[in-house]
Amino acid sequence: MRKIDLSEVTNIVKESVIKINYELDNSLVALIQKAKANETKEISKSILSDILENQDIAREGNIPLCQDTGIVVVFLEVGTSVQIEGDIYEAINEGVKQGYNQGYLRKSVVKHPFLRENTKDNSPAIIHTKLVSGDKIKLHIASKGGGSENMSTVVMLTPTDGIEGVKKLVLDTIFNAGGKPCPPIIVGIGIGGNFEKSAILAKEALLRDLDDSSNDNIIKQLEDELYTEINKLGVGPMGVGGETTCLAVKINYFPMHIASLPVAINIQCHSARHIEVIL
Amino acid sequence: MIKLNTPISNNDIKLLEAGEKVLLSGIIYTARDQAHLRLINEKELPFKMKGSVIYYVGPTPKRDGFSIGSSGPTSSYRMDKLAVPLMERGLKLMIGKGDRSEEFRKEMIKNNSCYLIATGGIGALLSSKIISSEIILYEDLGAEAVYKLEVKDFPCFVAYDIYGNNIFKDN
Repeated sequence: MRKIDLSEVTNIVKESVIKINYELDNSLVALIQKAKANETKEISKSILSDILENQDIAREGNIPLCQDTGIVVVFLEVGTSVQIEGDIYEAINEGVKQGYNQGYLRKSVVKHPFLRENTKDNSPAIIHTKLVSGDKIKLHIASKGGGSENMSTVVMLTPTDGIEGVKKLVLDTIFNAGGKPCPPIIVGIGIGGNFEKSAILAKEALLRDLDDSSNDNIIKQLEDELYTEINKLGVGPMGVGGETTCLAVKINYFPMHIASLPVAINIQCHSARHIEVIL
Repeated sequence: MIKLNTPISNNDIKLLEAGEKVLLSGIIYTARDQAHLRLINEKELPFKMKGSVIYYVGPTPKRDGFSIGSSGPTSSYRMDKLAVPLMERGLKLMIGKGDRSEEFRKEMIKNNSCYLIATGGIGALLSSKIISSEIILYEDLGAEAVYKLEVKDFPCFVAYDIYGNNIFKDN
């Protein structure tokens, strides 16, 4: 058994939430640069230029990329040969509290759906846990903004709706969202499992490397087709029209009931902030 | 490109056409969902609604030596219904992001107001156009409090104008 000191978990969460809110991932910056070169309309090009200039300013470390520094989502993988003494969820939340305070990040979490009193420290994080073999702990940490999350959806299609039904749902959802989720977006799609599993699959899909594709041929083809079709919608940067509506489409799937075809679409704004760390 | 100074007159509104870039200077106020809920029930306000500009934003905390934290727009559609009574009291410009309802657009035209958009997710860049900030109402709302901001050449685009044009539909 390998012992993990929970203060290490707290520290890595604290450092991670600060880092991702000031430094946009280089692979994402490269995609936005490519999109800018591809835009013909002046207003769309200028929006992408501003997005690039913004990440340069934020990288200096004084002002976060976006005022919505999100609610924290953690995909936690715990190796079964790891020994943890204490409450790892508490350690993660302590890291969130310290990071959001020390990093001058906005506290965007309220306690109750109707009373809406702010927790004042951005806790609690939303934590999904998986047990895996090995003696490591892996945390994939994201700061997820509210604007793009609000445009996300879960729909229970029927099996005979098939691949065409999924395509139509995705295109309609993104077209109707328009400029609200801050395009150019990244689209995470979860197909299968059941009602809640599809949503988790969609969220996990958003955390994949930007340049990877599904290892299932049919799913990979669907990712490619949807990428092309979404960019033909003409929504464009911030909804003002243009060539770039999405930067990537990622689909994860899981076996499902014979009666079901659950589909979840999780939308990520252009400021995709997440990081994977291993302890 | 049009340069505008606050307060905003009816004449200013006539100049604005969807798709045009606007550089806004002067005093503007922030308000999001919860602040709107309270504002619409206030009999007396600490600022003049006539000719005013409301920016839909909840900034990040400010560091010493900076005028404000990250300050980009939030989605405007959530304020559609709540904006109507404020327009009736003279609110002239709203700055946010994204499309809004047809009902809102009709009310906006009726009240001779305009809807501008700023680019979402560029709060670091936009904060450099804000010279000063202070909380003037509802401090208990945290990031959702009402701030008074002084802006200089704050960049926006006209989204809906009084002539019925819509940047999201006409592209």
